[in-house]
Amino acid sequence: MTPRRKRMIAVGVLLTGMAITAVLLISAFRQNLLYFYTPTQIANGEAAIDKGIRIGGLVKDGSLQRTEGTLDISFLVTDRVNEIPVKYSGILPDLFREGQGIVARGKMDENGVFVAEEVLAKHDENYMPPEAQDALDAAKTME
Amino acid sequence: MWKFIHKFASPKYFYNISGKILPPLGWITVALFAVGLVGALFLSPPDYQQGESVRIIYIHVPAAMLSMSCYVAMAVSAAIGLIWRIKLADIVAWAIAPIGMTMTIIALITGSLWGKPMWGTYWVWDARLTSELILLFLYLGFIALQTAIEDTRTAARASAILALVGLVNIPIIKYSVNWWNTLHQPATISKMGKPSIDASMLWPLLVMIAAYMCYFAWLTLKRARCEVIYRERNSSWVKKMVGEAS
Repeated sequence: MTPRRKRMIAVGVLLTGMAITAVLLISAFRQNLLYFYTPTQIANGEAAIDKGIRIGGLVKDGSLQRTEGTLDISFLVTDRVNEIPVKYSGILPDLFREGQGIVARGKMDENGVFVAEEVLAKHDENYMPPEAQDALDAAKTME
Repeated sequence: MWKFIHKFASPKYFYNISGKILPPLGWITVALFAVGLVGALFLSPPDYQQGESVRIIYIHVPAAMLSMSCYVAMAVSAAIGLIWRIKLADIVAWAIAPIGMTMTIIALITGSLWGKPMWGTYWVWDARLTSELILLFLYLGFIALQTAIEDTRTAARASAILALVGLVNIPIIKYSVNWWNTLHQPATISKMGKPSIDASMLWPLLVMIAAYMCYFAWLTLKRARCEVIYRERNSSWVKKMVGEAS
């Protein structure tokens, strides 16, 4: 076996070893690498309810309620299968609106309401000019 | 085929051919940046949700793409140097490292500036952002290792192993948005099926990606060319060339 061949095999073994290690590590830490839980995962009891967690989903259309004169709001977070009521008091990001994807950090209280300490907007992968959105909205009202 | 590769891998041939490629490549880069930036900053429309902030993606997306492809190019080049003991491959890996690191820094900073108005935070520890930060540390480690070892051949060998170990991070960055729930949105351009970006925004983005790629190629050739002549300073062809010039 030539030295070059030996080095080639050594590099191959190194890469395979690293790949296997990575796969094992990733599958071991699968849960910890989740940035947030979906309402369905919470309904299935996958999240530790007593600890601080993050939940993510869409703000359900028509569920947003503001209390006049305060920063308090409440809304439902849905993944179109299950939904969770959320309470929050504070400043919201620009993208926050009904139908928008959000990630909230906080705790479940005893009534099954998620009390959020922080609400972040999650942007989707769609990019279009405002006119295109207007056309989509118009098409929706036509139906 | 092998003859051609060996010819190209000779420092003298590389020095001559890169000297011919560099000027036109430089002009192509300038032209692409001019077209891309005008398209990105003036001609493309604002986004229906993000407004004018969407323009950050024309800087952010190409930098983030390049930060990953630079790493792959660097690791492959380092591996070639390690296995076949080709000096030019070591030099190319050395040349790419700071460029890739800069791309990573640009991607992290612009992403963070976009994150504040859009998400409501500069930084979150989700899988995509964290793995991109690890990429920055891999580049830093590679450069630090190269600098720490005096002998260039030992330095190249040691850092090549580090580059190969770090290669495992690249698919993690790429697929983090598909494998886990992350705050970072999934890929837009490479998505199968219907593209989820309007054509008026897609073309400046593609031009910017091409511009970044040409700039990367130009910088790599330029840096490698300078390093070749420095490392070969004791060889006869360099002495002859310098002698002719002075």
